[in-house]
Amino acid sequence: MPQPNMCHKKRYHLFIALGLYLLSTALGQAQTAEEKGLSIAQEADQRDLGFSDYQADMIMELRNRHGEKSTRHLHISGLEVDNDGDKTLSLFKQPKDIKGTAMLTHSHKLDPDDQWLYLPALKRVKRISSRNKSGPFMGSEFAFEDLGSQEVEKYKYKYLRDETIDGLNCFVVERTPQYKHSGYQRQIAWYDKTEYRLIKIVFYDRKNSLLKTLTYQDYHQYLNKYWRANIMDIENHQTQKGTTVTWSNYQFRTGLTERNFDRSSLKRAR
Amino acid sequence: MRQLSLLIGTLVLLFFFNAGTTAELSGHVGLEARYFAHAPLFAEQKHHNASINIEPEIAHQWDDGRQSLVFTPFARLDNVDTKRSHFDIRELLWTKAADEWELQVGIGKVFWGVTESQHLVDIINQTDFVENTDGEDKLGQPMVNLTWIKDWGTLNFFVLPSFRERTFPGNKGRLRPSIPVDHAHAIYQSSQKERHIDWAARWFHSIGDWDIGLSHFSGTSRDPQFQPSEDSQHLQAVYHQISQTGLDVQAIIGDWLVKLELISRQLPGKQYTAFTTGFEYTLVGIFQSDADLGVIAEYSFDDRGNKNPFRSAFQNDLMAGMRLVLNDIQSSEILFGGIFDLDDEAVLYTLEGSRRLGEAWKLTVETRIFSNITKTTDPLYSLRSDDHLLINLAWFF
Repeated sequence: MPQPNMCHKKRYHLFIALGLYLLSTALGQAQTAEEKGLSIAQEADQRDLGFSDYQADMIMELRNRHGEKSTRHLHISGLEVDNDGDKTLSLFKQPKDIKGTAMLTHSHKLDPDDQWLYLPALKRVKRISSRNKSGPFMGSEFAFEDLGSQEVEKYKYKYLRDETIDGLNCFVVERTPQYKHSGYQRQIAWYDKTEYRLIKIVFYDRKNSLLKTLTYQDYHQYLNKYWRANIMDIENHQTQKGTTVTWSNYQFRTGLTERNFDRSSLKRAR
Repeated sequence: MRQLSLLIGTLVLLFFFNAGTTAELSGHVGLEARYFAHAPLFAEQKHHNASINIEPEIAHQWDDGRQSLVFTPFARLDNVDTKRSHFDIRELLWTKAADEWELQVGIGKVFWGVTESQHLVDIINQTDFVENTDGEDKLGQPMVNLTWIKDWGTLNFFVLPSFRERTFPGNKGRLRPSIPVDHAHAIYQSSQKERHIDWAARWFHSIGDWDIGLSHFSGTSRDPQFQPSEDSQHLQAVYHQISQTGLDVQAIIGDWLVKLELISRQLPGKQYTAFTTGFEYTLVGIFQSDADLGVIAEYSFDDRGNKNPFRSAFQNDLMAGMRLVLNDIQSSEILFGGIFDLDDEAVLYTLEGSRRLGEAWKLTVETRIFSNITKTTDPLYSLRSDDHLLINLAWFF
């Protein structure tokens, strides 16, 4: 293959530069893949602002590779916090031996979340280290970090491509966790283009091997604005274990305040 | 007292029946066996024992969750020790919660503190010592508790109108003092005896990575001292009037959980200081599994030293332990540790494990080994032959 001489090369570069310049003026502004990824995450976040608070019931069905099942029942309440991460109170109802156990999380954008666990038998509130982010939540395939408040700042983003899954046109965005102790090298997230809802997330472990796939199904809209999936299903490709979360009785703006998310509230939760 | 409890119990049951379907019943029934490795030291003691225990809870909530009534009776029936067979109202508590305050009236249980090896600051409830030697089982305490919740922290005020005596095993039971405790004749410093009204207050606050509690208690000591009865056949528990100031701090420093409990206790004519301090460090996902391994170390000091007849078992001791949490479907976990007396060779080894079986059963295994306890002044001296294995199978409903 003949090598182009220097003169040609220069002229060639000039052409590309001119072409790109024209293209970027035509589009108004050039957007890198990182900028586009971030703007998708910001738009998704923006569309979910203002719900104030919510409560819902959650049933987790855990399956192992032999198809054996086990269930957990929880009541979840959450409070939207301006300029910081949300506050969440998870109250365990089943299995019965942990009934009354409650977990309070004050999440933050990049600082580690504050977390307390209430043990009803001892009436003891225990501060727990948020190092457990990558650990399984109640023996399920959901890690603590999967269920935590998904603040925009928690990840770096990169737009990859458009793709249609299940008839929905989606943006495909790579997310790289920016907080400490994540169990993931990266995640690939599918957002649908019309409503900016998460449709699917594929997780890669710290060694960048395929780990889990989470799919969101049966979306419902509340207060004409907020979309919530009734079903979240996760498959672990490495262990063949799975967990299906089913949400019900979603209620928004129920009048919860900071007071429902302080340490004293843990003991009253039932 | 017993008749009064029955009356209250009946009234509460009537209330819950009235509350109808909204009252929630839960609880557990357990079958427990204790196997002792060595022959008992004292002639009357039986070697092993078995028992059943039940702890139901009836709870009713109304006023949009702002008011609740919880009733938790407890009973154990032991095949050997009549004193270990006992009934208690763990909780019979009405709670009213408002935006900035909360009021609780009735019988309740309160836990203060952060450390694992002992609970110095925790003082509201009496220890139900026949249940377990670790001091974590408590008797229900009559109380009025007013909580005030502000931006600068939470303030608790307690009025404790009656006192509960510590429970002790009977003549036939293991894990008892060398001379049995006279259950009928406790000695009180106060002329009001168990009717003395105690009070306590606590402030606690979470500031960033720090959880801080400051408390004060004034009233009848939960910790009895002992003196021989006139005929020297029994020990009599002596309950003094004390005041105790406590500090508990827990901080997250990097990946470390750092803890401190400090108390200063004023007894008639004397004062002493004690503390426990240490850390917990958790290794997440060890050996590429889902399991977490927590490493715990705590040092305890008591300035009464080891010569004082009323010395503590934790006068100069180091606790080192490991907690393995499998994070599996059955919530399996094991805690293993030793408390080493740094003044001599005495060690108390503990192993505790638990695992859920199916959806509603739980198996708990506990071992305590009293090793090299040779000093007669050691509070654990009379337990030196009581190494044991406890197995409890509980059904939850």
